[in-house]
Amino acid sequence: MPVIEIKDLSKSYHNKEALKGISFGVEHNEFFGLIGPDGAGKTTLMRIMASLLLADKGSVVMSGLDVVADYKKLRGILGYMPGSFSLYQDLTVEENLKFFATVFGTTIHENYHLIRDIYVQIEPFKKRRAGKLSGGMKQKLALCCALIHKPEILILDEPTTGVDAVSRKEFWEMLQRLQQQGLTIIVSTPYMDDAGKCNRVALMQDGNMLAVGTTAEITATYDETIFAIVSGEAFRCKQRLTTLQGVSSVYSFGKEIHVSVPVGTIGEPDIARWLQAEGISNFTVEIRQAQIEDVFLKQMQQ
Amino acid sequence: MEREIIIKAENMVKKFGNFVANHCLNFEVYRGEIFGFLGANGAGKTTAIKILCGLSYPTSGTISVAGFDVYRQREQIKRNIGYMSQKFSLYEDLSIRENIRFFAGIYGLKRDYIRKRTEELLEELQITHLGNELIADLPLGWRQKLAFSVAVFHRPQIVFLDEPTSGVDPATRRQFWDMINRAAAGGITVFVTTHYMDEAEYCDRLSIMVDGRIDALDTPAGLKEQLGVDNIDDVFLKLVRNKTV
Repeated sequence: MPVIEIKDLSKSYHNKEALKGISFGVEHNEFFGLIGPDGAGKTTLMRIMASLLLADKGSVVMSGLDVVADYKKLRGILGYMPGSFSLYQDLTVEENLKFFATVFGTTIHENYHLIRDIYVQIEPFKKRRAGKLSGGMKQKLALCCALIHKPEILILDEPTTGVDAVSRKEFWEMLQRLQQQGLTIIVSTPYMDDAGKCNRVALMQDGNMLAVGTTAEITATYDETIFAIVSGEAFRCKQRLTTLQGVSSVYSFGKEIHVSVPVGTIGEPDIARWLQAEGISNFTVEIRQAQIEDVFLKQMQQ
Repeated sequence: MEREIIIKAENMVKKFGNFVANHCLNFEVYRGEIFGFLGANGAGKTTAIKILCGLSYPTSGTISVAGFDVYRQREQIKRNIGYMSQKFSLYEDLSIRENIRFFAGIYGLKRDYIRKRTEELLEELQITHLGNELIADLPLGWRQKLAFSVAVFHRPQIVFLDEPTSGVDPATRRQFWDMINRAAAGGITVFVTTHYMDEAEYCDRLSIMVDGRIDALDTPAGLKEQLGVDNIDDVFLKLVRNKTV
């Protein structure tokens, strides 16, 4: 049985529908990712899960506790790290941590093992006020504060947005170690390539869930053939490809251009011949397995 | 072929008290190129961008932007550049047309010209029907595309883009880069920061800052070759990890 069950969840702000009837489940000790751009509804969903916002319709049950009826109990087993830094800027690192421990009726000492790996990195600055920390350190402190009461479920709202690629990687590794300690983790991100680090993901857009599953399951639903083309004249090559008959989509993927076509219609030699005829000579074409971002782009078109 | 240099930084240093945010940066940006300015958080990118935009004085060094000196000709610099970031772009409580009129007016464009260009721009973006909508009512993706159009409305020589696509959906992110490419093809130099490593591949050249220094500067292909890896993600990891570990 899933540890988190979300059924038909809807929420509107004035006339804007932020969530349009979302349902999914998260298994015990799973690392679950909510992937989507700004405005997809990720924060609304997480705030409802954290009992900070009431849904208009639908239900959220976590570890058998209802998010509305049992919110007090639920908060005891839930750790929540909001998207914007929301610790006390004028308290020191240590004071913030102590405050959160005390609010939850515990001590830093009691659950130190859970935060040790992360806390040692900021401990040298424990007398510094939180407002004076660098972005990376603030984030580590926020994570410690969300963990100090030994939650069963950890909810993190875009912990790595605006964070450089290296720090991002380190943060994800940190989360994976927490999962090994038995936590169920649900994390949101606008970066599609973060999907691979999660056990399962939900792709979100405009308050809808486009797909839910493992990366492999989701990418397997891609029902067209993708050609990856690399050319020394990427911009011109891409422009030409968009005019090719029978092509469903043409998107840049870093140095590659992904051209999607219905299965069995156009082959590699067709594309190569056509590009040559267009006067583009320096290129390679190969068939590429769909990535999460290919799926996302395709779902957005529909 | 000798390429025209539009930004030139020689021994650029910026200190805040004892803290050195920029250690002697040396780089050149060519006219019409897409220059990716990458780096870890806290590496000193924002400090450098502020100097190049004429918003902050360097501690020392010789720096010219669009042919103007960053110590003595800051107002000329501001007139010749455009700027947009994810954090601040347009006024939410003004309509699309009002935002364009406001920013174009600041750059001293003539009223008739603004009116004409505004309608042309709305048509190009196929949003003529939305011209009187408040920015607050537009989807984020649209806001970012519009903010870019506003940043280049006065035909600046250089446009600075600070994480312009952060949090934007994948389709809009690509449309945004199409706009960047068109601007560059039209001769506008694009100076851009991003945390999306696939976007780094779309730049003509990249510089990577680590701890206040530019540790690498080359084409994406050149950087990958130098470091013996096959994607920019690994280039970045290698450079930053070498320093901090």
